[in-house]
Amino acid sequence: MEGGSTIVITSASDIIVARELGRKIGKELNFSLTDLTIIATVISELARNIIVFAKQGNIVIETIRQGKKVGIVITAIDKGPGIPDIFLAMQDGYSTGKGLGLGLPGVRRLVDEFEIFSETAKGTKVLAKKWLL
Amino acid sequence: MEVPILKQSDYLIATIQAALTDEDLLKLHYALVEQVGKHRSKGVIIDVTSLDIMDSFATRTLRSLVHMVKLRGADTVICGIQPEVAFTMVQLGLTLEGISTALDLEEGLALLFKSNNKKRKI
Repeated sequence: MEGGSTIVITSASDIIVARELGRKIGKELNFSLTDLTIIATVISELARNIIVFAKQGNIVIETIRQGKKVGIVITAIDKGPGIPDIFLAMQDGYSTGKGLGLGLPGVRRLVDEFEIFSETAKGTKVLAKKWLL
Repeated sequence: MEVPILKQSDYLIATIQAALTDEDLLKLHYALVEQVGKHRSKGVIIDVTSLDIMDSFATRTLRSLVHMVKLRGADTVICGIQPEVAFTMVQLGLTLEGISTALDLEEGLALLFKSNNKKRKI
C-alpha cells in the first residue's frame, strides 16, 4: 500500500472533506467519472455510519497495487459500540439508526471487495476496495 | 452555503450546490415549507444538477422534503440527477419512488405547468 491519507471524522462537514479527498485520489489514478462517484458515495456512507453510531472515527484512503492492478482502499475505523449482528446489518432495509438501512449492503454492492470486522463495545472496521479496470 | 430559492410565478426553484452540509439541507426544509405558504406556490423545483453524489442521507432528506412540501399543498419535481449519480443510486438501492423527476430545469417547469393546468380544469 502507498499514499495513505487519514481523515478524522467528528462532524458532518468532515464527511465532505473525506469524500472530496477520495475523489481527488481516485482522479489521480484515472478512475472514470462513474467510479469516482461510487468512491465518493462509499466514503460518504461509511463516514456517516461513523458519526451516527460511533460519534467519531477515521477514514483512511489508500492506493493499492497488485501486479498490474491498481485500486483504492477505503477503510473506516471507529471505537464505537460495534455491530452486534453483522449478518443482520448486511441485510437490505435493516436499520437501527435513522438511515434507510441501505448503507452497508449498498456499499458492498458498489465495491469489488468488502470486509467488515466488528466487536461489541470495541468498535468496527470496514474495508472497501475498488479496482481500476 | 445556503441553498438559494428563486420565485418564478407560481413556482419556487431551489438550486442545490455541490458539497452541501447536512445543516444546509435541513435549513432548506424549513425555508421551502415556509416559502410555499408565503408565496402561495403551486410547485417546487429542486435542481440537483451540480450535486456530485446522492447518498442514503441525501435521498432520505429529499424524500421527506418532497412530502413536507406536498402537505403544504404544492408539488415537487427533482431535476438534474447526473447519469453517474443515477447509476450509483440504483446500485446502492436508493429510489425516489412516487417522486416526480425531470431531466433538467426546463423539463421540470414544463411538468409542473402541466400538472397545475390539469388541477385548474377540475
